[in-house]
Amino acid sequence: MRWRETAVPLAIFLALAAAPFLGFGQGHSLTLLARAMIFGMAAISLSLIVGGAGLISLGHAAMLGVGAYAVVVLDHARITEAWMVIPIAIAASAAFAAVTGAIAIRTSGVHFIMITLAFGQMAFFATSSLAIYGGDDGYTLYSRTELFGSRALEGRLFFHFTCLALLILCWGLVQALLLSRFGRVLRAISENETRARAVGFEPYRYRLVAYAIAGAIGGLAGVLLANGTEFVAPAYLTWQRSGDLLFMVILGGTAGPHGALMGALAFILIEEWLAHLTEHWRLIFGPLLILCVYFLRGGIAGLPRRG
Amino acid sequence: MAFQDNPGFARRTLLAGSGAAVLAAPAIAQSAPIKIGLVVTATGPAASLGTHLRDGWLLGMRHLDTKIGGRRVETLVIDDELRPDVAVTKVRAALERDKVDFIVGVVFSNILGAIIRPVTDAGTFLISTNAGPSTLAGRGCSPYFFTTSYNNDQVHSVMGQVAQDSNYRRVFVMTPNYQAGRDAVAGFKSKFQGTVVDEVYVPLTQLDFSAELARIASLRPDAIFTFMPGGLGVNLVKQYRQAGLATIPFLSTFTVDEATLPAQGEAALGFYAAASWAPNMDNPANQAFVRDFEGVYNYVPATYAAQSYDAARLLDSAVKKVGGNLTDKNALRAAIAAADFRSVRGPFRFGINQYPVQDFWQLQVARRPDGRFQTETVRKVLSANIDPWAPECRMPVRI
Amino acid sequence: MNATLLFVQALNGLQFGILLFLIAAGLTLVFGVMDFINLAHGVQYMVGAYLGATLAAWTGSFWLGLLLTLPATLGFGLLLEFLVFRHFYDRDHLSQVLATFGVILFLNEGVRVVFGTAPLQMPMPELLSGGVTVMDGLLYPTYRIAILAVGLATAGLLWFLVERTRAGMLVRAGASNAPMVSALGVDIRRLFMLVFGFGAMLAGFAGALATPILSVEPGMGDTPLILAFVVIVIGGIGSIRGAFLGALLVGLVETLGRGLMPDLMRLVMDPSAARQTGAALASMLVYIVMAAILTFRPAGLFPARR
Repeated sequence: MRWRETAVPLAIFLALAAAPFLGFGQGHSLTLLARAMIFGMAAISLSLIVGGAGLISLGHAAMLGVGAYAVVVLDHARITEAWMVIPIAIAASAAFAAVTGAIAIRTSGVHFIMITLAFGQMAFFATSSLAIYGGDDGYTLYSRTELFGSRALEGRLFFHFTCLALLILCWGLVQALLLSRFGRVLRAISENETRARAVGFEPYRYRLVAYAIAGAIGGLAGVLLANGTEFVAPAYLTWQRSGDLLFMVILGGTAGPHGALMGALAFILIEEWLAHLTEHWRLIFGPLLILCVYFLRGGIAGLPRRG
Repeated sequence: MAFQDNPGFARRTLLAGSGAAVLAAPAIAQSAPIKIGLVVTATGPAASLGTHLRDGWLLGMRHLDTKIGGRRVETLVIDDELRPDVAVTKVRAALERDKVDFIVGVVFSNILGAIIRPVTDAGTFLISTNAGPSTLAGRGCSPYFFTTSYNNDQVHSVMGQVAQDSNYRRVFVMTPNYQAGRDAVAGFKSKFQGTVVDEVYVPLTQLDFSAELARIASLRPDAIFTFMPGGLGVNLVKQYRQAGLATIPFLSTFTVDEATLPAQGEAALGFYAAASWAPNMDNPANQAFVRDFEGVYNYVPATYAAQSYDAARLLDSAVKKVGGNLTDKNALRAAIAAADFRSVRGPFRFGINQYPVQDFWQLQVARRPDGRFQTETVRKVLSANIDPWAPECRMPVRI
Repeated sequence: MNATLLFVQALNGLQFGILLFLIAAGLTLVFGVMDFINLAHGVQYMVGAYLGATLAAWTGSFWLGLLLTLPATLGFGLLLEFLVFRHFYDRDHLSQVLATFGVILFLNEGVRVVFGTAPLQMPMPELLSGGVTVMDGLLYPTYRIAILAVGLATAGLLWFLVERTRAGMLVRAGASNAPMVSALGVDIRRLFMLVFGFGAMLAGFAGALATPILSVEPGMGDTPLILAFVVIVIGGIGSIRGAFLGALLVGLVETLGRGLMPDLMRLVMDPSAARQTGAALASMLVYIVMAAILTFRPAGLFPARR
């Protein structure tokens, strides 16, 4: 079974790398693929909390939002160098995750869902009232983040491969984390907290670290989202968006980051495809969601195994 | 839903068969249809505004026999879902895959803010038929951006002028706590010289206004000024009337219009609004527009519809001027800027920043003999008004 | 702020709390009894409002419309239960969250297709269109007093049903030990179905009741849903008493916070900044209160007895 966890993502990464040269090289296809990869990254980070730590967060969009707004704040201060922007954005979202997580992780189950939702809503209202950054109207970025002073990220193809490289990096990181001793402890805690505690592991600390790492990766995805759309608005932080992210993880399967990756890609592509079919695509998407949850207990990643 | 009742309008024809090759030779291109990407919000509570906007455009197409400047038109409706990142993805696809010639529509400024760069970077003209943010009126003005609506600040300043002219000394001001709300207060204060007894900012998700209503009652102002778009306005108007406050004049912008009046009904009777157009305006173009709009869609059009209808006429006049040739961007831009068409609001021209220079009216909600509600003109407040941001615009002479 | 105004604001807060209680009661019942997270509760509230408005327009009477909304939303709830929810009772919370999220997407779009995008009108019923003068220049609408009364009556009725009747006893027993109850020969599935239908009816009733005050439009259930969740989490999941007190607390915090926050901020910053910061803080206040309560009492203020 282990081979699938690496073989499937590798195949996806190869396909994404080849896509621009196989007829998906036009700007809009690349925009769509970049969107899919960015949400893939966000879903992978969420899967670390959901699948790894067994905590269901309904406020993950806020992590992306903090990352995206870090780009905005720095852009406003005329700081656009990637080597400044990215570390600061990651630090900001990790700090946000650490602070909110420190409170949220004291709870569990339904209460955890609700408290993460509450923090997500607070972030949403906070960004809505940031007058200097456009408040609810959002903030148009007139240039993308620069790489050593060059505007390489403006190139669609370069941006595509930047997203891909970072996606692979995030996937590798989460995969390595879950396979490490840290990951095994995390899973042991989510399977049986009492036993883990008895063996001498303090669940709180492990979960908090996982939550902060997920926040950091989410923040990185936020940086890319801001750059991909060249625009940032509180609309990125709605709780419905957090629901979308959660659905991506479940659609793919919570067994590992490869599930989240597949789920995000499938979600974005299905959404795009359905929206083409009919204006009322949600009439199809809603029931599809229900059926997926009902029939795909292990997510897409678990599909062939069910036989 | 009127949309489905009229099979004459091909919906999303383009989205389905978008793979068709586009022929580049100008001679052939002129016989090929002109493709319009119509960006509307068709999802969520604000979808009714999108419906107005879309139906206004489609009526324009109907009146023009689905042709602008003699060339056949294909309209591709793009639902922005009120999600900026989704809007960017869809608009880029429309520009690059479907090769649309114009982007028209856009209800909300946050959507406009998200799509303005991809559209203008692609050298495509964007005709906004509602959103008219200050950023694009002033320093951020673009030769590729036109709007047939207004800059929000103008509309709010009309109400400031109304309050000033009515000799109100103490006015209570209430808006949602976001950028447009703060702009509304600033716009109002730019003309009103009396005392603002209190400024209240409410959350965008507010349901119950009783706390604010009690505050109003305790302060007893001469009038209130409010900007509460959409469902917020429906809730406020109903509750304001129910609290017995209707004796205090209700001055508003984007709070009582034909999009919300069906839900507000009697509760909004006599309340004031400001706009550059109203359904009862007495000119032949407007009479034909309102009559046929109600005939086809069976509801009273709001400004969103009127401005979209104007955009259809505007583009028709411009494409006619350039003989159907869209390749010379400078000529096309000059032709649009000439605004050589009959607007439903009467006098209309574009200023330096390509925002309209137009009259603004005080309106009042009235019940028509057929029982429907609409806003009607009370008096002209500002004549040939130029928005306050225009002087900041450094518009390039050539593209 | 003088004493009269403070009193009126407190009354407003209580009344908004009661409206929230009507929405939250069904949610906490389903949650507590069946351990089922129903995000679709908000759209059931919306469906109630739409049905109420339509039936009232159809019959020409608000009261008849309101009355007919009860069986209509009950039927609608049972249909949803049959089609969707019962298949997820024994699944984890995550699956329930997502499946009911799917219902939200479907129904928000569904009402748009059926009723159109324009908000619906619902005039105030003639009988209750008046008001009581509570302070100079301000009427307290009779209709809001009626909502207060109805909310209190519903709270009493629910308490009676759950605590004092055989059905209520089974519901409580089913909540704490479903296999035991079913071993005693009670059809637990049917019991769950009834609880669910009842919860849907309560949500629909609240929706129909809110129509003369609030806008009837697609997506109108999203904000109340979030607030209702805040209410039941603060109050303690599954507890009717908790939902009642939680709803009053949220109503008071919401209403008084909006009135007082800008004034409080003015003590530390200049007036225009104080207004905006105060307003921003006020909109976050219920979430801050919720986070604070969960920090110190992770199971809520009044956790249900198990």
